[in-house]
Amino acid sequence: MAKIIAGLGTSHIPAIGAAIDHEKTQEAYWKPVFEGIQPVRQWIEELKPDVCIIVYNDHASAFSLEAISTFVIGVAPEFLPADEGYGPRKVPAIKGNSKMAWHIAESLIKDEFDMTIVNEMPVDHGLTVPLSLMYDKPGAWPCEVIPLCVNVIQYPQPTANRCYNLGKSIRRAVESYPEPIRVAIVGTGGLSHQLQGERAGLINSEFDENWLDHLVTKPEELKNVSHIEYLREAGSEGIEMIMWFVMRGALDDRVKQVYRFTHCPVSNTNYGLLALENGS
Amino acid sequence: MKNEDHHDIPGTYVLDGEHSRKGYHLNMFCMSLNNAENREDLRAGEVTYLSKFPMTDEQRQAVLSRDWLGMLRLGGNIYYIFKLAIFDGLNMQQLGALMSGTDMTEEEFKKMMMNGGRRIDGNRSKSESHNG
Ligand SMILES: [Fe+2]
Repeated sequence: MAKIIAGLGTSHIPAIGAAIDHEKTQEAYWKPVFEGIQPVRQWIEELKPDVCIIVYNDHASAFSLEAISTFVIGVAPEFLPADEGYGPRKVPAIKGNSKMAWHIAESLIKDEFDMTIVNEMPVDHGLTVPLSLMYDKPGAWPCEVIPLCVNVIQYPQPTANRCYNLGKSIRRAVESYPEPIRVAIVGTGGLSHQLQGERAGLINSEFDENWLDHLVTKPEELKNVSHIEYLREAGSEGIEMIMWFVMRGALDDRVKQVYRFTHCPVSNTNYGLLALENGS
Repeated sequence: MKNEDHHDIPGTYVLDGEHSRKGYHLNMFCMSLNNAENREDLRAGEVTYLSKFPMTDEQRQAVLSRDWLGMLRLGGNIYYIFKLAIFDGLNMQQLGALMSGTDMTEEEFKKMMMNGGRRIDGNRSKSESHNG
């Protein structure tokens, strides 16, 4: 039987990918960030998940306003990095797990989460930056990936509660898969940031720290926070934080916080990293 | 009692249905810049390239004059218009400064970020806003 062995939350800031790609990680600006993520790289190295379900959002790369899906699952055997305007990132192709992804898609839909099933899509920084954060610059990614996209750009986004329940349904899907596959689930995006308008540059570290505390210990309470509260307190792009609830929902009610790290700023964002395991 | 209307958040253009409807062709023009050939076409002649997209004259003008706040106000979304910024060789800090609605420079914007970013206090609601 397949099993969820770990949950990881991380921002997916494009500049982090660029720093890794262009060998800038030892520069003064970047050094504390990459020192801060080191324990998670070791943790992942020890855990060696077979499959990572990466919950992220597409940023007008694979999908546009032409058709807006709230929840997407990628079922392809392979995904290539997207051209986001400056040519695709030169990172290895991402191997999917088509068979398992289809099982999860079917299980989710039977469980009343009406997924959009996608056979062909490029993947953008939302997915590739977390991989680089976890694995640095390998010749090939050491895990298979099941991409799960959430619409966080077109308002109204799904509620945090819906994301949390999707996580619970993903867990049921994984645990009903007959092969002994070890799965890590990764929630990405956030923390507070606003890229647009006169309020661009907004960061709210106090909100973020309090949010992380609650996400670990009191997700049932935190999941009721409204869209407006995220938009207002964490910034218009900070609403990406709802995607961490998919990860949190796939874990036990009580979890062990293995590691937590925040760093302000990375680019225009308060960077956040959280490693969780089931049980207390 | 907090205002539950997202229009109350200052300096923030939420992509709701109304905004999306207004900005559809502007955003889809930006989306086209994911394609390298289209970027070359735009480079070859902006007015000609823009004529392929049924935008309003106001939107077209905002694009040509790189009026970033104007694009946001006319239905643009940051992830889309950022593709035009990438086309111009701008990064998010430069764009952040250009959208601040003040004469903030890139250096000032970066300095604000290094000091913990734009403060939330005073920026929660239009009634208390000063963006500072
Ligand atoms: Fe994002």
